[in-house]
Amino acid sequence: MSATVVGQSSAKPSEPKNYLNADHTLKSWLLSVDHKRIGVMYLIAVTFFFFIGSIAAAMIRYELTSPKGILLSSEVYNKTFSAHGILMVFQFLVVVVPAVLGNFLIPIMIGARDMAYPRLNLLSLYMFITGGFLILTSFVLGGVDAGWTFYVPLSTISETQISLCLVGIFITGFSSIFTAVNFIGTIHKMRAPGMTWYRLPLFIWSHYATAIVVILGTPVVAITLFLVVVERGFGFGIFSPELGGDPVLFQHLFWFYSHPAVYIMILPAFGIISEIISCFSRRPIFGYRFVAYSSLSIAFLGFLVWGHHMFLSSQSVLQGIIFSLISFILAVPSAVKVFNWTLTMVKGSVHFSTPMLYALGFMGLFVIGGLTGLYLASVDTDVHLTGTYFIVAHFHYVMVGGTILAYLGGIHFWWPKMFGRTYSEFWGRLSAMIIFIGFNLTFFPQFMVGYLGMPRRYHYYYFAPEWQFYHLLSTAGSTVLGFGFLLPALYLTYSLFKGKKAGPNPWNAKGLEWEYTSSPPITENFTQPILVTDSVYDYNPAEDSKMYEVDEEATVEDMNK
Amino acid sequence: MGWGIFQYNPIPDQASAHAAKYDALFWTISILTVVFTLFVVLLILFYAIKYRRGTKVDRRNPMTHHNGLEALMMGVPLILALGIFGWSAKQFVEVRSMPKDAMEVFCIGKQWMWHFQHMNGIRENNELHVPVGQPVKLTMISQDVIHAMYLPEMRAQYHVVPGRYTELAFTPTKPGRYKILCAMHCGTQHSEMVGQLYVMDDREWGEWLEKGGNKYKDKPLNMVEAGAQVWKDKGCGNCHTGLDNPRAPSLVGILGKTRTMTDRTTAVADRDYLREAIKIPHNRITAGWENTMPVYGSTLTETQVLELVEFIKSLSVSRGEFQRTDMAGSTAASDGDSTAVDISNKGSSAGNAQFRSSEER
Repeated sequence: MSATVVGQSSAKPSEPKNYLNADHTLKSWLLSVDHKRIGVMYLIAVTFFFFIGSIAAAMIRYELTSPKGILLSSEVYNKTFSAHGILMVFQFLVVVVPAVLGNFLIPIMIGARDMAYPRLNLLSLYMFITGGFLILTSFVLGGVDAGWTFYVPLSTISETQISLCLVGIFITGFSSIFTAVNFIGTIHKMRAPGMTWYRLPLFIWSHYATAIVVILGTPVVAITLFLVVVERGFGFGIFSPELGGDPVLFQHLFWFYSHPAVYIMILPAFGIISEIISCFSRRPIFGYRFVAYSSLSIAFLGFLVWGHHMFLSSQSVLQGIIFSLISFILAVPSAVKVFNWTLTMVKGSVHFSTPMLYALGFMGLFVIGGLTGLYLASVDTDVHLTGTYFIVAHFHYVMVGGTILAYLGGIHFWWPKMFGRTYSEFWGRLSAMIIFIGFNLTFFPQFMVGYLGMPRRYHYYYFAPEWQFYHLLSTAGSTVLGFGFLLPALYLTYSLFKGKKAGPNPWNAKGLEWEYTSSPPITENFTQPILVTDSVYDYNPAEDSKMYEVDEEATVEDMNK
Repeated sequence: MGWGIFQYNPIPDQASAHAAKYDALFWTISILTVVFTLFVVLLILFYAIKYRRGTKVDRRNPMTHHNGLEALMMGVPLILALGIFGWSAKQFVEVRSMPKDAMEVFCIGKQWMWHFQHMNGIRENNELHVPVGQPVKLTMISQDVIHAMYLPEMRAQYHVVPGRYTELAFTPTKPGRYKILCAMHCGTQHSEMVGQLYVMDDREWGEWLEKGGNKYKDKPLNMVEAGAQVWKDKGCGNCHTGLDNPRAPSLVGILGKTRTMTDRTTAVADRDYLREAIKIPHNRITAGWENTMPVYGSTLTETQVLELVEFIKSLSVSRGEFQRTDMAGSTAASDGDSTAVDISNKGSSAGNAQFRSSEER
């Protein structure tokens, strides 16, 4: 992207002051309204919740290596998978990309100094931490056994800490809403002069679509979960049939948010992938407008397919068929994205750097995750597969293979910008490959055991010991995967202290964040106001590739001598 | 069979009429998935390697958009998706249409057990015996939380919901022992809410029936007889007589009739309506009667409600099951031949009197 600095350039020599060393007191961090500091605090918070959620996952995988269980009682097992689901969905996947990378990058990418509502941004961080704290408290006080979906009447008659946990999720929900309000306000009103909608990086487009989904969907689930609290606490008959309520109504309200929530998790990931593919192919994204509008159409259609979670819930056959049809149509904009990313490499100059490896891994896994969604959108095949490990495998392919791989790709891509240091490319590439292999080994066998009929959330399967083989494979894979996740935590932390100075643009990438800010950026982001004059992604692949060709020719000549 | 230890059959047994059709669709989608995945992955690898930095290829004028290509990218997946959708929807309608000639078995899900009740009175827990080749319809209800009746070898599943009846039909085609699973998380022992489905050939089925399910010394009461017992115990016939009377409507032939309520809404008297009218009668009152029926919400079990409804289905005016023959035929419309008792009863039954007095107050 080309842009010019307008106004008189100041006489001050550029100092190595940045947002990290601007102030060192604890207060300057905890009460900071700087979107970059808030992004970093979110990074620490979500990593913490991810770590706890992963421990729960490890316990589940260990327990399932035997058909009869090993360590846990069924009660504790149920609480463990509930904890895993609740933490990973509400405290990690929904927030991770928007809150960390979105917060950090959106103002810089559009040439703004900060978010539209900086204090609301800080409030959203504290709502998130309060919600997470209440959820963790509910686990410590005895746990929650109804799964992350909280289906009634199980969640209304359960004697575990469900009310406290739901209040925590309610508060976290408002944290998401605040962030989304901030994104929409910022993207509408804070763009630099000349930054028209079609000059926006696709990262911004996908976050804009996400923010709309969050604002429309989250209030519904927040109120629904709150109604469960009211029913538990005061005996209002809303969902319990004994009190004259309707348990299927809960599922409608819950999935009205929780299906779009899937797009809240994956749309920001699409944004990251668009940036990475374009940068490391050294050329503009193929079909910019199609990619941008596919995000919006996914956001729109995402609201019309919630019933595909309820084909067997006693909704009518006609409802099932309509929801199935819309779900199939929703596959199209996702397919468009994958093809456009693929075609972006044509006539590019492809660099196999760590972020690019993550992005390529993402594309492979997302294709499998998306296509296995067809089995479940298809109303007849869903009958045998819903409620089994097939579902578990499918959404982990989309959520872990999709969102987490994209997030890690994004973190590796923007790490030098965020902290001004580079990490070891060797370890980066190695971790990308270990995660890819470990992931497939963990979740592919779950498709098979799901098709064989293993229901999800089963502690024991002694009545079908032949399933153990698949569970052993899966647990072996999850061990590799866990190791793969640990690696970036280690070498990225190491790079903070010992990494090489990155310089403002280590990838030679385009975009305001790379070309017009230092690494790490200063608190004000830009030293001068920005005027955007040209389109985004103005790379030149031929020139880029030439630089590397020359080297090869030189070596060949050397050898000839 | 797939039940032995370490038998890695990658396809679950096909034991129902629908299973083969199901698998045809399943594997068609699988082939499409594999072809599509390979196509995309190979394309990615091809371009990534061909255009990796430093290779000597033509990089001039990279294309940034092409509407024809975009149309192709949307058109091909859309057509394939709609094809699969049509196929799948057709099969779903088949599966969800309940066969008329099905053998009806009642199923009650509870934490953490499946209870089955055959029409002839045989009751089973966590086991279900059915004859081969005979369509079976399960009429299911839960007495606590939501469960899901899942028969993997039959490729059949449906939720078992508290407060409403759901149905699941399958036609077993292969004798053997199969799994009954609960596929909806239902609490602590969710993974132990499992059972066995025995599909028997005609000879075995005949023997099994003969012995009353191998469990009973005496022949058990069938559903209608058991329902008659409940009817008697609760004294339903005190008010519900062969013909409408001022106290209560007649229940003869009520199933399937359209009822008008006091709030002018109408409802078809199906199994769900009858269950509600027994358990929470005050929810909807049939027009022309008062809110006098006692609430049986917690006094009757789901099993008793099922039995009672079967008995109600069997009622006829002339069956003589009604204790208050004196009230029969004494509707408000036929005052001409009502007896003194009827007239004294009319509008002044215990319930009516209560209702009136509270209104007047």
